[in-house]
Amino acid sequence: MNIKLVYFARLREQFSISEETLDVPEQAAVAMLLDMLCARGGVWATALTAGNNFRVAVNQELAEMTTLLQAGDEVAIFPPVTGG
Amino acid sequence: MKISVTTSDFDLSTEVNALRARQPQIGAVVSFVGLVRDLNHTSKVIAMELEHYPAMTEAALRDIVTAAQQRWQIIDTTLIHRVGKLLPCDQIVLVAVASMHRHDAFSACEFMMDYLKTKAPFWKKEHTPDGAHWVDARESDDLAQQRWVMADPTPR
Repeated sequence: MNIKLVYFARLREQFSISEETLDVPEQAAVAMLLDMLCARGGVWATALTAGNNFRVAVNQELAEMTTLLQAGDEVAIFPPVTGG
Repeated sequence: MKISVTTSDFDLSTEVNALRARQPQIGAVVSFVGLVRDLNHTSKVIAMELEHYPAMTEAALRDIVTAAQQRWQIIDTTLIHRVGKLLPCDQIVLVAVASMHRHDAFSACEFMMDYLKTKAPFWKKEHTPDGAHWVDARESDDLAQQRWVMADPTPR
């Protein structure tokens, strides 16, 4: 199934991409998606290794590693926020 | 409830006047304005860029206002956050809260800023003479937000 990925701030710059569509297995959770992205190696593996400082939102709501994905979901990956 | 994410500047008096207009039950207005400083850590800041996640930002801000409304007696709120390129001395954010009594407005205003700092999808990039860099999240902001969770018997 296809999901849409969007990246922001430092991660958008490190990945040199702001959004993409990715085919992930049915019933994939956020953790599996992150494993797939880490498997790309390079900056992806460095930035998205467990324990590193980033946040994930699914359909514009902050998500957990266990959050399940559905076809058409928008998954955002970004650094901890620094507004205000 | 007014929520605005904008590249434009705002005027505090205009916003507060609009917030309290024709609402004689309002007894207190508390406002906070955040500004761009020219110094962060050791390097001089020439300009700042604020990026956000447009699809998520307004909903996240609305959630913060709703959370405040559940804790305090609030009559109305205005929340403005600027995005795009800003310069030192520029205004970044306005939180204004109107209530019957001052305690609710003081507490809700601080609560909303503490939540905005840790929950709303904005990111600052500073331009300095040494180059541009993304601002790191501060642990003190997390702690400021956490103390509201600790103080609240119901989890949020």
